[in-house]
Amino acid sequence: MKNQVPLLITFIAGFVMVLQYFIPHWPFSDLQGLFNNWFLIIMVFAMILGIGNLLKLHLGKLQKKASGWWYSIVLITGFAIVFGAGMIWGVESGSPFDWFYFNVNLPMSSTMFALLAFFVASASYRAFRARTPEATLLLISAIIVMLSRVPLGNYVWDKLPLVGDWIMGSPNMAGQRAIMIGIALGVVSTSLRILLGIERTYLSGK
Amino acid sequence: MLLLFLSFVQQYPADSAEPPAPPVNVVARDKANDAGGNIVLNWQLSGDDGAGTRSVTEYRIERSVPDSDSFVVVGTANKGVSQFVDAGAANGVEYVYRIFACALDKRSAPAISNAAAARAQWFHTGRVSMLIAVIIFSSLVMWFISQAKKGRALYIRPIAGLEAVDDAVGRATEMGKSIMYIPGILDMDDIQTIASVIILGKVARKAAQYETPILVPCTRSLVMSAAQETVKEACVDAGRPDIYDPARVSYLTDDQFGYAAGVDGMMLREKPGAIFYMGAFYAESLILAETGHSTGAIQIAGTAMPSQLPFFVTACDYTLIGEELFAASAYLSREPLLLGSLKGQDWGKALILLILAAGVLMASLGFNRLAEWLAVG
Repeated sequence: MKNQVPLLITFIAGFVMVLQYFIPHWPFSDLQGLFNNWFLIIMVFAMILGIGNLLKLHLGKLQKKASGWWYSIVLITGFAIVFGAGMIWGVESGSPFDWFYFNVNLPMSSTMFALLAFFVASASYRAFRARTPEATLLLISAIIVMLSRVPLGNYVWDKLPLVGDWIMGSPNMAGQRAIMIGIALGVVSTSLRILLGIERTYLSGK
Repeated sequence: MLLLFLSFVQQYPADSAEPPAPPVNVVARDKANDAGGNIVLNWQLSGDDGAGTRSVTEYRIERSVPDSDSFVVVGTANKGVSQFVDAGAANGVEYVYRIFACALDKRSAPAISNAAAARAQWFHTGRVSMLIAVIIFSSLVMWFISQAKKGRALYIRPIAGLEAVDDAVGRATEMGKSIMYIPGILDMDDIQTIASVIILGKVARKAAQYETPILVPCTRSLVMSAAQETVKEACVDAGRPDIYDPARVSYLTDDQFGYAAGVDGMMLREKPGAIFYMGAFYAESLILAETGHSTGAIQIAGTAMPSQLPFFVTACDYTLIGEELFAASAYLSREPLLLGSLKGQDWGKALILLILAAGVLMASLGFNRLAEWLAVG
């Protein structure tokens, strides 16, 4: 019973979603929006679980004085200040919550994103070492595509942008489409396994 | 005086007083494959559209009011446009439309349409090819599942990334280090996350058998909840419920780069022996994988995000490309029913290859019917 009810709900919900793709008539036309709204409501309530887990974990660290416990003070204080600001003054433009978002959260996120440039450089250095024929091909293709995207490429050879476009539009696009076809079949196959109750691991079943 | 007169004549030519020619052949019809409420109008442009001194500036569309002779304006269309969709029609009510070509303060005689009513359709005719494909593919999968049930041995090609899962868990155990499992950054409504949680079950079971601690930082509350249940059940299955630690399957943040920073910090503090990246990733993929690489951990990634695959291929030891992520569960469990679905998937792929070859051949010979039929509306 513990597994049968969720399996039945999964089957009905999944089958109805498949039907609504082929039937534009009401009530099927409204089902996707309705299910999305339900999911959003569940997600909002689930946030309480996440926040509860986070606070419990860090309060426990503080209590036990576990390694790095001072980071937990930063997290709990930060959470209390931002949560309090949002509850007291709201989240409208110009509110303290808004200030925290634009002056603390956003710059920190941008900093992490900016780090990507260095990671791309280190990863490219490893990937473009011409140790095998495949890696050499990758290196040559990458050089052509990168040069074709900057004015210098056009200056070196005026046909280089065309070669770059061909690499991106033909071999690269063909490869991407092959991957996408495989993904689409994998998605259908996995969905079928889940809808038919063959795959139950996600329900913590065997 | 002469110049003043000439400029007046130029500004107000004699024929500008005449209205523009009306549009012709106005056809109204129900919009196909929708939930109703829409009527499509098509017409041929006015002879004065785009040229001349009576040049059309826009078309004004009016609709008859049911049970009345009067008309109401339902919208306008720019010059050069010959189609308009009335999205405010009531289903089953017949409307007649009239269209005026307008030029400054003049408007043409009305062009009257046929009567048309909006209706909802019970089947999307533009998706017939998709329906047939789904039926054929589902039948293949079901047939191979039934074959597997009968005990037929099914050969599945080896997938290097999945063969390495055991080695990665074993290596982490030998080194006395933990395993880190990152289930992507999307929620449980994404099929990749569901596939990831399924794989987590298999990895956690192996980790529990080896008594190796597993760390699962999550970016969504629902994923955390599902992951906790999955890891707990895997520990119970492995006969080691005592080693399940809920604190190690935790929620970090919903923020993309906040999550990346948090996981990077965990990697550097914990120095896991093996790291799994399974699920949907965006720009944080390389930040995570490069940091993991710097810790010296064996890394296995799997995603169906084509734009992130090159990053994982570069930074990880093994990468499951697209469909392999969805095959992982069946491959790792070796359960006949799941393997049957995998076999059906492979045959579906072979069928698509054949159709592609036929489509290319036909298009090369000038026959585009197959390509047109396969296009999904």
